Amino acid sequence: MQGYLQGIMIAAKGAPVTLLICLVAVIAGLVIGLLVAIAKMSKIKVLRGIATVYVDVLRGTPLLVQVLLLAYGIPQVIVSITGEQFNWGNFIWVGFIACGINSSAYMAEIIRSGLQAIDKGQTEAARSLGLNRFQTMRYIIVPQAFKIIVPAMGNEFITLIKETSILSVVGIRDITRMGTLWASQSFMSFQAYIGVACVYLVLTLTLSRVVAYIERRMANGDRG
Amino acid sequence: MIEVKNLHKAFGKLEVLKGITETINDKEVVCVIGPSGSGKSTFIRCLNLLEEPTAGEVFLDGEKINDPKADIDKIRERMGMVFQSFNLFPHKSVMDNITLAPIKVKGMAREEAEAKGRELLEVVGLADKADSFPAQLSGGQKQRVAIARALAMDPEVMLFDEPTSALDPEMVGEVLQVMKELAKKGMTMVIVTHEMGFAKEVADRVLFIDQGIIMEQGSPKDIFENPQNERTKSFLSKVL
Repeated sequence: MQGYLQGIMIAAKGAPVTLLICLVAVIAGLVIGLLVAIAKMSKIKVLRGIATVYVDVLRGTPLLVQVLLLAYGIPQVIVSITGEQFNWGNFIWVGFIACGINSSAYMAEIIRSGLQAIDKGQTEAARSLGLNRFQTMRYIIVPQAFKIIVPAMGNEFITLIKETSILSVVGIRDITRMGTLWASQSFMSFQAYIGVACVYLVLTLTLSRVVAYIERRMANGDRG
Repeated sequence: MIEVKNLHKAFGKLEVLKGITETINDKEVVCVIGPSGSGKSTFIRCLNLLEEPTAGEVFLDGEKINDPKADIDKIRERMGMVFQSFNLFPHKSVMDNITLAPIKVKGMAREEAEAKGRELLEVVGLADKADSFPAQLSGGQKQRVAIARALAMDPEVMLFDEPTSALDPEMVGEVLQVMKELAKKGMTMVIVTHEMGFAKEVADRVLFIDQGIIMEQGSPKDIFENPQNERTKSFLSKVL
């Protein structure tokens, strides 16, 4: 029992790093995702094409490969171009960027589906009152779309928490990495990874409760 | 005053409007009737550019509105529109539905906008519903809020696109009543409608649109009691 408890305690030490990366990635993903979603619905063909390729490539290749490219491939390219030494310093930047960009591709599709789910009559009513395109998005479409995409966005956040475990491969000291380090020291691999699993479970379950709560509250708002 | 000159609208290969020329004068109430698919909704939607005309010109008080240089948002402030499907904003209260555009577009202070909103709700008989949400209202109430919302911008013209077609029969009257009072006050109105009794009573002029053109037009008396065109006769014999 002692071993399991210790496993949990050690894994939990990685939780702040995992959560920080997730938080940064979700915010970056939301902002970039919104832009990509708007680009994908644009009337300009080139913009639509770029957005489509962006989403296809990021969703069609493994996160692990994206992380490796960013962590080891990019420094090599920078060195060969500039001739100067480059390293990431702290690989947590790789975590922020890789997860943020990866998540933005999924987020873009979620946001697009939400925006497109709003009845065209809403846009027509707003525009006929004199609101411009931006005001219509800001006051009418986005608030309604947001309500629709909250569950999907919650899922994306939960998926992201689990996916960030990949970052342990490049040595970021997240939940999984802490467990791995302890396992190799103590040879208690089973207890170590059970501990890791428990910490992830606590995070994902808590989060899904939070999402369900927000969903309920927003549904109430509809009725006044 | 709205002037329409040789208006054409096509959706892909489907030509819906085939050359409409018409002038709607200030304080005039014009009802547009015709069979479904005749182009009457497309016609009214071209007046505030919810549909972009394929050819022809639309003028509001002499200003060409389907000009790439025209500020369409500014022009739309001057034309209220009421839709068949109400299109109230479901995430906003009745009061917020009404005050949104005056506050955000005209920059009106909230208190002023709300005072005006209460006044308008009084006019449409819904003073007690200011804090309700659209989902709590009946169809007739929703449409009256939609009318109040459009009026809050002080438009010069009101466009109605089949305002009672989505309503249960017992709610049609309350909406038409509000529109009648609006007409009495001298509002310029263009109304696409299937309510022939209403058109007869309120309209100054009736346009019969069929196959993308104005087949016949005249006073309600002329159109309903003494139609000249064969298609008008056959349409009226089916609906009256």
